[in-house]
Amino acid sequence: MAKVLSYEKQDTFIHELSGLTKLIVFLLWCFTSALTYDTRVLAAMLVIGAVIYYISGTKWEQVSKVFYAIMFFMIINMLGIFILAPFEGCKIYGTRTDLFTIFGNYIVTKEQLFYELNVTMKYFTVIPGAFIFLTTTDPSELAASLNGIGVPYTLAYSVEIALRYIPDVQDDFHKIKNAQEARGIEMSKKGNLISRITNTAVIIFPLLFSSMERIDIVSNAMELRGFGKKKKRSWYSRKKLTVRDYVVLFSAVILSAAALILTYHDGNRFYNPFV
Amino acid sequence: MNKKFGIKEVVAVGIGTAIFVALTAVQIPLFLIPNTYLQPRMAILAFFAAAFGPIVGGVIGVLGHALGDAIFYGSVWWSWVIPEAVVGAAIGFFAKQYAVKEGNFISTTNVLIFNGVQTAANAIAWIGIAPALDILIYAEPTNKVFIQGAFAFIGNIIIIAILGTILISAYSKISGKSSGLKLED
Repeated sequence: MAKVLSYEKQDTFIHELSGLTKLIVFLLWCFTSALTYDTRVLAAMLVIGAVIYYISGTKWEQVSKVFYAIMFFMIINMLGIFILAPFEGCKIYGTRTDLFTIFGNYIVTKEQLFYELNVTMKYFTVIPGAFIFLTTTDPSELAASLNGIGVPYTLAYSVEIALRYIPDVQDDFHKIKNAQEARGIEMSKKGNLISRITNTAVIIFPLLFSSMERIDIVSNAMELRGFGKKKKRSWYSRKKLTVRDYVVLFSAVILSAAALILTYHDGNRFYNPFV
Repeated sequence: MNKKFGIKEVVAVGIGTAIFVALTAVQIPLFLIPNTYLQPRMAILAFFAAAFGPIVGGVIGVLGHALGDAIFYGSVWWSWVIPEAVVGAAIGFFAKQYAVKEGNFISTTNVLIFNGVQTAANAIAWIGIAPALDILIYAEPTNKVFIQGAFAFIGNIIIIAILGTILISAYSKISGKSSGLKLED
């Protein structure tokens, strides 16, 4: 199975921040990145993202695979946009500066190139957020932080259970897959669509039904310990907010407010260098 | 409709999300349409929604998609997370009609209701909400996002119709039976 991103214990500024701070900053980051299309803001976000990435001490080996996958996806996406809407950029920026013709109606324009550059930048701004959050936040602290921003603790607990059981489910999946292959079920790329679906079903069946049993076991255990009886719950792994948490939160709020003002002050979310 | 969010639901969301995320990497390519995959995880979402109701379905949709994106790709594309929640919640909303836990999902009417609901839910989510959010957030060209959405729609209804229906009816058969005794002549 593909290698997945996971928490790595380290001793950096980002690791020492409270999970609550990181979660709020991550959500603010996503929110800002979703709303803005201003090239200057996007560029600033990329730079800040790179700096945070550097401080967080994340190693390139942890990132590289994911990074290449996204690169591949981006290239397909960019080609798709050009093939389906070669003049989308002109529509957005209101001018048209032809550069050269590929064939027929496919003319490369400055506006289109700039628009696609912006789309790429926008996609790249969302990368560091989730990425750094996951590699620097202890999973057991995540539930505490979710509860901290007002998510009911039952739901926060669901997230905790999910993170706890993802590796187990992956293990089970592999065991079942190997067992079924040993019994002669073809899992490779041969075979038609229907047979491949049914072969996948042969793995998912035992996986799902053993998981239904697991749900019973875990929920019985939780019931025995009186889970959900009280309105509130305290968390062993919750970190107290310190001065630096407040500094980070404060600067994050100021920065995203500034980004949104810069983006929308002229009533248009695009930065237009063509007029 | 199951509105309470008790211990069982808490755990069901947790484990359901774990399976959904773990199956993110399991994809079956569709030969006819390039770059489109059948995602078995959609069948898992449909299963949990049908068995545990709209809240569990919706939350697994959000958490599963967001966590899956984050863990496997390091970023979260919210414009596709929200439609996933809509599919889960919509399928779960009619959970009473399928009568999965009562063991009645074997009947043709219930299977047809389920598949009608899932088709409608997927249509709203992938041909409606996902492209709309893509345009709103990413300002991508209209025809591109609708083609993308249509592919996702086709892939998802196929996998839920086949794998989802098989999983739910098998579970319904097991959970509904109170005894395996039969009257002998």
